[in-house]
Amino acid sequence: MQPEFESLVTLKKAIAEKKVSAVDAVTAYLERIGQHDESIHAFNELYGDYAMQRAAQVDAGQITGKLAGVPIAIKDNLCTPYGHTTCSSKMLANFKAPYMATAVGKLEAEGAIIIGKTNLDEFAMGSSTENSAFGMTKNPWDTTRVPGGSSGGSAAAMAADFAAATLGSDTGGSIRQPAALCGVCGLKPTYGKVSRFGLVAFASSLDQIGPFTRSVEDAALLMDVICGHDPKDSTSANLPASDHTLELHKPIENLRIGIAKQYMAEGNDPAVTKAVEDAIEVYKSLGATIVEVDLPHTEYGIPVYYIVATAEASSNLARYDGVHYGHRTEKPEDLYDLYAASRAEGFGDEVKRRIMLGTYALCSGYYDAYYNRALKVRRLIKQDFDKAYEQCDAILCPTTTGVAFKAGDKTDDPLAMYLNDVYTVNANLAGIPGITIPAGLSDDGLPVSIQLYGNAYEDAKLLRIAQMFQTATSHHTLRPKLG
Amino acid sequence: MANPITDADVRHVAQLSRLKLSDEQIAEYTQQLGRVLGYIDKLSELDVDGVEPMAHALDMSNVLREDVPVEGMPVDKALATAPASDPPFFKVPKVLGEGSGA
Repeated sequence: MQPEFESLVTLKKAIAEKKVSAVDAVTAYLERIGQHDESIHAFNELYGDYAMQRAAQVDAGQITGKLAGVPIAIKDNLCTPYGHTTCSSKMLANFKAPYMATAVGKLEAEGAIIIGKTNLDEFAMGSSTENSAFGMTKNPWDTTRVPGGSSGGSAAAMAADFAAATLGSDTGGSIRQPAALCGVCGLKPTYGKVSRFGLVAFASSLDQIGPFTRSVEDAALLMDVICGHDPKDSTSANLPASDHTLELHKPIENLRIGIAKQYMAEGNDPAVTKAVEDAIEVYKSLGATIVEVDLPHTEYGIPVYYIVATAEASSNLARYDGVHYGHRTEKPEDLYDLYAASRAEGFGDEVKRRIMLGTYALCSGYYDAYYNRALKVRRLIKQDFDKAYEQCDAILCPTTTGVAFKAGDKTDDPLAMYLNDVYTVNANLAGIPGITIPAGLSDDGLPVSIQLYGNAYEDAKLLRIAQMFQTATSHHTLRPKLG
Repeated sequence: MANPITDADVRHVAQLSRLKLSDEQIAEYTQQLGRVLGYIDKLSELDVDGVEPMAHALDMSNVLREDVPVEGMPVDKALATAPASDPPFFKVPKVLGEGSGA
């Protein structure tokens, strides 16, 4: 692609300076998608006509804003009043949302052009995008491998340069893990920074919308646009919209980077370990102090997460009843059958598995042993972070234990798939922000990453710390060669 | 280790979840959920006496707003998402068939 397309910030500038027209920008991405998405399958749906129409309006000066003319793709669990919102589920295959997700509305209000919706694990449940009812997405670096999940389509679209930026959602790592496996930046903001209104609910106390971008600078710009209080989401934080770009390039003085031994397990792929060790050296060279922090409850994150997330999911997904929206079975025998057959036909295996696990954890008799105990351990995990942030500004750790795995490798073993999230779920349980940034390639030419955790509501500071790394390195400019 | 969950448990949970499953699926889910619950049992290693459960990520309390009427979603828009409707109603198939006990 032309140099103007290097990042969202460069493209936005080129469009503003009329070096590239918005119509040309949209055309360039649509052509690239047309050429390559058959082998990647990042998209569920494209909005070519709508995007071209909006681009023409940008070029005519009728649409303006911080993101005027910039093509962006969004995960197909974000509602828009145009097109379908399917969650990659047979249940919602024909669903047309009657309203706009707040985060997407904010993008459009600043002139962004939504070019399409990206594939995901059904209802955002999965770590490989293999659970999509419409076929898996492939990793642009190696199409025999998974892009990660659940926002695999958004990560792959970003890696393949199918849009200037994409949005995803992160409940247990669904932005950061695919960002790591696809070699792009992915940010899960602090819980409550971005309104969840119009994000199809999976686990309401964990879900958070965030950006996939080429650079940290791009992520900061998108955060400025999508964050802020929303009366339509009572869990959105009632704080003034913070500025993530203002001081982005100002390094943090006396920076303290925390390292937790619990994240540096021997089972990590050597390429992952090396990426973190190299990053430690980068931060040292920038004057940071490395501090050892203790997060003793880390290993309990997965069991807590798979109770809390599934319990909330079992409740959230009760709304799919075959009556109000979604799939309905053909000839129900009775009322029970209307529900049970519609749901059995509409939901895929993993969604069913999680609904049942969550229902089980909430059953009387098991509630105390599972759900209530999980909530108590969740607090212990949060307290670990509270203590750690007394000693450091950010925690540096891997996002994943390894690089992108082969398609089909873990589909028969739900537990193995769940363990993918071992380094990401705790941020969701504690509500803190986490960012994944590219950190080079493995010997096999696959992306490796590092992850930085920040303290709650310190997203702007976290981005500044991540920017320090990107100013000193060039890993984020690496791109896959598409076949 | 004995499977912490039985076929009968899974059948019961599937019923509560309103999911119609075949015997084959019940058997498969019993095995898979058993493995997951076995792993989750790790939580019993910890002493959590006196720990306050944390249901939400960050400290939040009930959010109230002024009691001012606002426009709701128009009926036709809400009905447009339904599998079948007969405005202003959702339309459902006849569900009180013979032998209906649910």
